[in-house]
Amino acid sequence: MRISGWGQSGEAREVGFTFNGQALRGRDGEPLAAALLANGIHLVGRSFKYHRPRGILTAGSEEPNALVTLGEGAQQEPNVRATTLPLFEGLSARSQNCWPSVGFDVMALNDLAAPFLGAGFYYKTFMWPAEFWERLYEPLIRRAAGLGALSGAPDDAAYEKAFGFCDLLVVGAGPAGLMAALTAARAGLDVILCDEDVTPGGRLQSERDTIADAPAQAWIDATVAELDSCDNVRRMARTTVTGVYDQGTYAALEMVPQSSGRAGRACFWRLMAKRAILATGALERPIAFANNDRPGIMMAGAVRSYLNRWGVAPGERVSVFANNDHAHRTARDLVAAGVHVAAVIDSRHDAPQSDLFRVIRGATVCNASGRRRLESITLRSVGGEEKLQTDCLAMSGGWNPTLHLTCHLNARPRWRRDLACFIPEPDAVPGLDPAGACRGRFSTAQALQDGADAALRALKALGKSAGPADVPKAEADSYGIQPLWSVPGRGRAWVDFQNDVTVKDICQSAAENFRSVEHMKRYTTQGMATDQGKSSNVVALAVLAEATDRSIAETGTTTFRPPFVPVALGAMGAGATGMGFAPRRMLSSHQVAEERGATMMEVGLWYRASYFPKPGETSWRQSCDREVGYVRNAVGIADVSTLGKIDIQGPDAARLLEYVYVNRFSKLAPGRVRYGLMLREDGFVMDDGTTACLGENHYVMTTTTAAAGQAMAHLEFVTQVLQPQWNVRISSVTEQWAQFSIAGPKARALLQDLAGAGFVPSDWPFMSCGQLQLGDVMARLFRISFSGEEAYELAVPSRYGESLFRLLLERAEAVGGGPYGLEALNVLRLEKGFLTHAEINGTASLHDLGLEEMMNPDAPCVGQVMAGREGLVARDRMRLVGIRPTDPGERLSAGAHLFDPDDSVERKNDQGYVTSVGHSPTLGHMIGLALIKSGPDRIGDPIRMVDHTAGLDVICDIVEPVFFDPEGERARG
Amino acid sequence: MRITCPLCGERDRREFTYRGAALDAPAADDGAEAWHSHVHLRQNPAGPLEEWWHHQQGCGSWIRVRRDTVSHVMLASALAKPEDADGGSA
Repeated sequence: MRISGWGQSGEAREVGFTFNGQALRGRDGEPLAAALLANGIHLVGRSFKYHRPRGILTAGSEEPNALVTLGEGAQQEPNVRATTLPLFEGLSARSQNCWPSVGFDVMALNDLAAPFLGAGFYYKTFMWPAEFWERLYEPLIRRAAGLGALSGAPDDAAYEKAFGFCDLLVVGAGPAGLMAALTAARAGLDVILCDEDVTPGGRLQSERDTIADAPAQAWIDATVAELDSCDNVRRMARTTVTGVYDQGTYAALEMVPQSSGRAGRACFWRLMAKRAILATGALERPIAFANNDRPGIMMAGAVRSYLNRWGVAPGERVSVFANNDHAHRTARDLVAAGVHVAAVIDSRHDAPQSDLFRVIRGATVCNASGRRRLESITLRSVGGEEKLQTDCLAMSGGWNPTLHLTCHLNARPRWRRDLACFIPEPDAVPGLDPAGACRGRFSTAQALQDGADAALRALKALGKSAGPADVPKAEADSYGIQPLWSVPGRGRAWVDFQNDVTVKDICQSAAENFRSVEHMKRYTTQGMATDQGKSSNVVALAVLAEATDRSIAETGTTTFRPPFVPVALGAMGAGATGMGFAPRRMLSSHQVAEERGATMMEVGLWYRASYFPKPGETSWRQSCDREVGYVRNAVGIADVSTLGKIDIQGPDAARLLEYVYVNRFSKLAPGRVRYGLMLREDGFVMDDGTTACLGENHYVMTTTTAAAGQAMAHLEFVTQVLQPQWNVRISSVTEQWAQFSIAGPKARALLQDLAGAGFVPSDWPFMSCGQLQLGDVMARLFRISFSGEEAYELAVPSRYGESLFRLLLERAEAVGGGPYGLEALNVLRLEKGFLTHAEINGTASLHDLGLEEMMNPDAPCVGQVMAGREGLVARDRMRLVGIRPTDPGERLSAGAHLFDPDDSVERKNDQGYVTSVGHSPTLGHMIGLALIKSGPDRIGDPIRMVDHTAGLDVICDIVEPVFFDPEGERARG
Repeated sequence: MRITCPLCGERDRREFTYRGAALDAPAADDGAEAWHSHVHLRQNPAGPLEEWWHHQQGCGSWIRVRRDTVSHVMLASALAKPEDADGGSA
């Protein structure tokens, strides 16, 4: 029911919306819950387990009941709280967890079966047979119970993420937060003020308080105007701080309204604050009594919010049930707005009386009736039981400080008996200072003073001085709470509305010896799901305390964890989809490769050409075989720029190389290249590659593509940590140089053609390097081979990469060659038994790879001592060999395990595994490398390869790992 | 967590790569026992610990960080290689 002329939000324009298909009118920007109440709709959803009709309980983000689903398809958003969702034209919301409708829900049969469905029902009932759980019980239960559902389609909504920095973060823009922000802003601090609500003011917006003898709204407006005029203040509305992390890092979720024009639905913030003030206020808690979940039974403070802020009376004949003075305001304000108050039922014998409404002292509400909407309550006092007609009951069991964030770093709150609530311990989070209601300072006057004081403490901590704050006069009314948690009696008294947990469930948990609050939570599910028990936690543990004959302080609380409100995973991961998740590294030859229709392959973040299909070729194998042929018979060109390149300079550069490689490097002369192997500190092989000496004290090291980052970090560790006294500088130049392999018998001729007289073949013996003038560009040329053919690698600054690649292809194609991709590159290196990270897989030692001879024992190097350990040099370790199918027509598969032909195929008989395979067009059959127990001692033996996933069972021969040109004559040429 | 890089200032921990306790490496000619202990054995204290962090997404510095493993408070940080360590010019 709308009260004309009442409500501080003013008269917003009317908008149309639909709820469960019904067309309704409401006011722009008011919460959906207010609009529903204005339309007389109390029944909003069905409960989680028993499908009980449920209405609106609160007016904030703690709402357990009034959850709705918005949108359709991929845009479908479940579990949106009607209490915080601002209304807009065309909004369409529907109830959840009910079928066929919220008014008539078939699963409400569960409610009739409630005597059998108490806490622990599922655990006890669906035990046997065990395999039925996953197949039958769980799917059934999941269908029957639950909250809203996702659409199942990928969430295509846009989300944003952002970082913020400030001197002082103020969480909450109620009286304490505004006062704190104002005090800090005036003293010149950089302030971020976050508030969950659309408009600032906190509870002041829901009360009829005065500040400085004027309506509180005037003070809010003036304060906010001043804050907004300050360059050093960022005020963030609709922004909930969801988590506290180390060293002043706070997570915050900003809901972005469609009207803002911003792309995202929500923005996930990481806020870095030197200090923070927590001014999150308090949440009102219900009282457990029979049928206290009837639609129309609400929190007393929420009734005031709907009335005073939005001008909506949730009933025509309202009653109040409370144990404290604050709740009497609800009756006072309703009367002022012209709404009939049936009675105020107060459990305290000394509750204040009123001329305006009937106060029944020392009484409790012990039952409520009206299935889809409250019709009457039964109250009990010394005079006996009395039935009272009422369509809305405003209840208040007192206030719980919103201290959740203070517990995110594992601190526990302290029980205040006098206030019947938990308050945060000071310094629960370093640098986070609670102020106002969130530490039990419940009156407006206390909150204002506390906010100002907290700001002054923050200023002091940050080394700024400031005079005393100018705190305006405000109301300092009494609270006078006397604890009342549950009303004894028959019938189910709800504690956790969202998870359908009753007083009886908690008592049963205690009776079955789940007495710890953490056990009780898990046994009953109290405090789980979207509201995380914000309204139920303290009542639940008070009931548990009583059931187990302990004090509340002894019983303690469960652990509060982030996030404070539900956060869409899409918001936390904003930007981390597609290219944002895995950026693409493109080679300078990328466009040329694409022009030629190359199939691309991901290698880490790099995109490399896998093969270059020609018209008429129907499989990658045909392309690959042809490309291998280019290299073996003519000349092939491949982009090898993804190899890590590290420039090393300085007087101690040679010492560094000697120290990180196992083999000798100190005598490497300018113009020469050497292959080297690096070990990890634990003695296993880290990486291999070549290093070229470009001049005195100047080297360029290449690493494998896969280990480029690791090798760079390793060199940085060696030069900075292990040998800081060495005068050497290193720099990654991987992306600065485009490098192409020119491989094959016609490589030499191609270079002569390209460089003219500048290239004299006799100046370029195997493993030489130097500069080569190509037109105006000074290139680097390395005579190295990863294919076994006479081969060169030609490097130019990356900006020339594309044009050089085109030139090389043109010339190669003119002599019967062309580009080759990764597939061919892999076959070429396999034919030669060269290693990649399929073999250098982190478990292979030098000895395993047959490279123990490379170790130079005269000079210390990283990993040398550990590499000599007995276990790393044992003969029966899995060691590198080649394999080929005995029948040349058979296939091999990488990753397949190997067995002796006479053994059964089971793990205990495992002899090793295949690391790499390829089809060698040169040899006409498949070849592979494998790590086999005592491998080199078994050359010539048969071995059985089994790959269950590919359906292969193949007898192979163990052979030497070099299949082609074992003497290396072709490469030396 | 926030880590102070002596060169870049206080930065988000995601810019850094963790290596582990900052231990003095044995000499190259120390035996396998000393190296085994260095590579494999850790005290794992609850409290202040000297650690190596690599500013890999930043300036590339290896940083010796003193961190309380219980509270995650960063107590100190220093470059592994002081700027004048090798007498060379940067």
